[in-house]
Amino acid sequence: MKHPLIARSVLTAIFVGLLFVPAIIRRVSSQETSQLDKKAALARHGFYLEEVSRKAGINFIHQAPQFDPKLEGIMPQVASMGASVSIVDFDRDGWPDIYVTNSREGSKNCLYRNQHDGTFKDVAEEMGIADVNQPGTGVSMGAVWGDYDNDGYEDLLLYKWGRPELFHNDGGHGFTRVTEQAGLPKWINANTAIWFDYDGDGLLDLFIGGYYSEDIDLWHLSSTKIMPDSFEYAKNGGRKYLFHNLGNGKFEEVSAKVGIDSRRWALAASAIDLRGTGHPDLFIANDYGISELYLNDGKRFHESGEETGVGFAPKSGMNVAYGDILNQGKYSVYVSNISEEGVLIQGNNLWVPREGTSGDKIKFENLARDLGVELGGWSFGAQFGDLNNDGNLDLYLTNGYVSLDRNRSYWYDFSHVAGGNSNIIGDAKNWPAMDGRSLSGYQQKHVWLNDGAGKFVDVAQAVGVTDTYDGRAVALVDLWNRGVLDVVVANQKGPLLIYKNTVLPENQWIEFELEGTRSNRSAIGAKVTVFWNGQQQVQEVSGGSGFSAQNDRRLHFGLGKNPAVEKAVIRWPSGKLQEIDKPVPGQLYRLKE
Amino acid sequence: MSQQAIATGSLSSLGAPGGPKKMFGVDSRFVPPVFITLILLVGQLSFGMLESYKKTLLAIATAILAELVLGRIFVGKWPVLASAYISGISVGILVRSPAFWPYILCALLAIMSKYVLRFNGRHLWNPSNFGISALLFLAGDTVASLSIQWGNFFLPMVVIWALGSIIVWRVKRFHITATYVVSFFVFAFIRAWMTGNPWQAEVAPITGPEYQLYIFFMITDPKTTVRTVRGQCLVAFSVALVEMVLRLHQVVYAPFYALFLVGPTALLLDMWLQSRRRKLAVAVA
Repeated sequence: MKHPLIARSVLTAIFVGLLFVPAIIRRVSSQETSQLDKKAALARHGFYLEEVSRKAGINFIHQAPQFDPKLEGIMPQVASMGASVSIVDFDRDGWPDIYVTNSREGSKNCLYRNQHDGTFKDVAEEMGIADVNQPGTGVSMGAVWGDYDNDGYEDLLLYKWGRPELFHNDGGHGFTRVTEQAGLPKWINANTAIWFDYDGDGLLDLFIGGYYSEDIDLWHLSSTKIMPDSFEYAKNGGRKYLFHNLGNGKFEEVSAKVGIDSRRWALAASAIDLRGTGHPDLFIANDYGISELYLNDGKRFHESGEETGVGFAPKSGMNVAYGDILNQGKYSVYVSNISEEGVLIQGNNLWVPREGTSGDKIKFENLARDLGVELGGWSFGAQFGDLNNDGNLDLYLTNGYVSLDRNRSYWYDFSHVAGGNSNIIGDAKNWPAMDGRSLSGYQQKHVWLNDGAGKFVDVAQAVGVTDTYDGRAVALVDLWNRGVLDVVVANQKGPLLIYKNTVLPENQWIEFELEGTRSNRSAIGAKVTVFWNGQQQVQEVSGGSGFSAQNDRRLHFGLGKNPAVEKAVIRWPSGKLQEIDKPVPGQLYRLKE
Repeated sequence: MSQQAIATGSLSSLGAPGGPKKMFGVDSRFVPPVFITLILLVGQLSFGMLESYKKTLLAIATAILAELVLGRIFVGKWPVLASAYISGISVGILVRSPAFWPYILCALLAIMSKYVLRFNGRHLWNPSNFGISALLFLAGDTVASLSIQWGNFFLPMVVIWALGSIIVWRVKRFHITATYVVSFFVFAFIRAWMTGNPWQAEVAPITGPEYQLYIFFMITDPKTTVRTVRGQCLVAFSVALVEMVLRLHQVVYAPFYALFLVGPTALLLDMWLQSRRRKLAVAVA
């Protein structure tokens, strides 16, 4: 070499420069937004969220479960779920109501009836669906609503770490417990359930996903070997159930018969017609492992996670939400995971259909990083919805695992046990005591605004979402029939939050409330595609999505300013197509099949 | 710059003077790369452990390319690529990030550290250890290394430990691994006694895959260990000791940082002692 000193100096300079690359990238990609007042937020982002639970007469604080004392050391971690929210118009008065679960033995769930005046009143007790956490029956983890007998009123499926319960809605005047008649099992440690008509017979079927194995009673443990046997490849969780609706108030468990067989630790599930086949596919997000995608041919399911790309990298799946984020008539799937700076960066997944793939050959690619919705802390529930009515689906994500001592973290102990052998990680007695320490607590929430050009920008602080509770479930609903999506958030050991939305009035909207006749009456699985200004957006009525949540069955479309709406096409689960020519913005369309 | 010293930088350099030894019928320099590739393949085929083929290939390609370019420029000949391959594959397995750039950056830092951070003709850090430690420290918001890539199960652990032990035995580095492992267990029990944690929790990390790469590929690196057997055992013990101190301070990446701190310190001390001995010998003569 002619000039070794120069060469070495150049090399050293490059080397030092490389050490600064992470800081530069951090600076360039930082998305910090400051808090704005309502007027400024409206002007800049087109909407503002104001927390109004107290004003609305809701003062609900979730209570966490308390299990067998053998788990005392890690109780905050084991008892970290159970706060849920589902939206239903249980009395068919045209105003959405809210059902929330509680999780301490003896605590009561609440059904907040919409009073039409901005307030709600808890009527769970008088309706007979409050006292559902009695000792010996387990405690609530979530609820989903669906009209399983097609009588026009939404029935309640309550899933628990314990005995699942089915309540028949008696014309909006009360509920009758029909668990035994329906043939549901005595005990499932379930964290997810959804209503969907998998075989298109016009009757809603029921999927329930187990988390802990169903032979574990967390209040009376015979052994502390109840934990996952691997942090990323665990297969010792609860089994999965698919209850086929026989139409006479009874259900038959058919999971094995139709190809669903998994003991992964399911935390969230949702069904949607991902491929346009007319049959709802089932997506399951699993903790301690890969996600599963069961493609439905109308009779059987085929687990295709690996082939489609969504079931490859094991993470800590906690959410399944669908959204046509690019206004292309195709759904993307959002799965939340864990990201903790300096310890564990799984990143959330946004599974977008790969260009040029469809049908049985559909493949997904994770564009969470490219679109800016990857890092959300210890993420839980998320939902897509057009929060500012600009015509693009935004994403609301809540997060935070265990908020205890702000200054002491459990992450170190968590991480080194999680990496150990299955005999160590699988036994709760081997886990160091949490001793009042936090584990990804006090996290800031994310409200990602879709700019319509392939980027999401976090505006949570700017639009008024400043809480740092341990968020679990998110549900989107137009609570007061104003043509805007409000946000309801259930927090573990925290208050139920109602974020009332104010949107720029220039931004237009349209809503659809569907009722099936040949199809299931809840119209779960019905798909509406709105065509306007040369673009289209598709949405589907869901029997449960997000984490322990169910949005309103009503479909809400933002349209932006001065929209020219060409048509809305409804595809019912029966296969029937219905078209509305030039629907008028600013209206709720109530449609029968 | 000493050409001889730059040529390789890890277990792959374990050839004997006077020509490479054979192990399992293979040039012993290539046994560690073959072994780590087997780990990768078995892990991938049985568990699908790689977050992305692309990221691992990117790390390997970056490491090899950097080695080729830097070797050609600074040594004047094409280098043996076994070391760069091991560095790249270690980065690909141990680094966990949803982004692609950390894999490039980590592999570059690892290889460049061999050419930049040198003293008396020797590079001071194990390349993978330097790259990964630097990245974990500087880019904690994007990068992690909580590594459970081939499960938390017993059988894969036993197979890798057995094969790894045979290999480091054959290349005469088993005493380093053994000293570290024994020290780790002793310190784990001391930590359990001090913190009141279950001993299983303190032992847990060494039963995970991250340590399998660490004890067979990082701490045994001949280019960044001292020369005498006793000294090597002392360094392995010191790494475990510093790791214990870091663990008591709840540092998640204690093993990487312990080696990062102890390795170069021991090497510099060793060089200084040797130089003093040489001077004494000259003076006596």
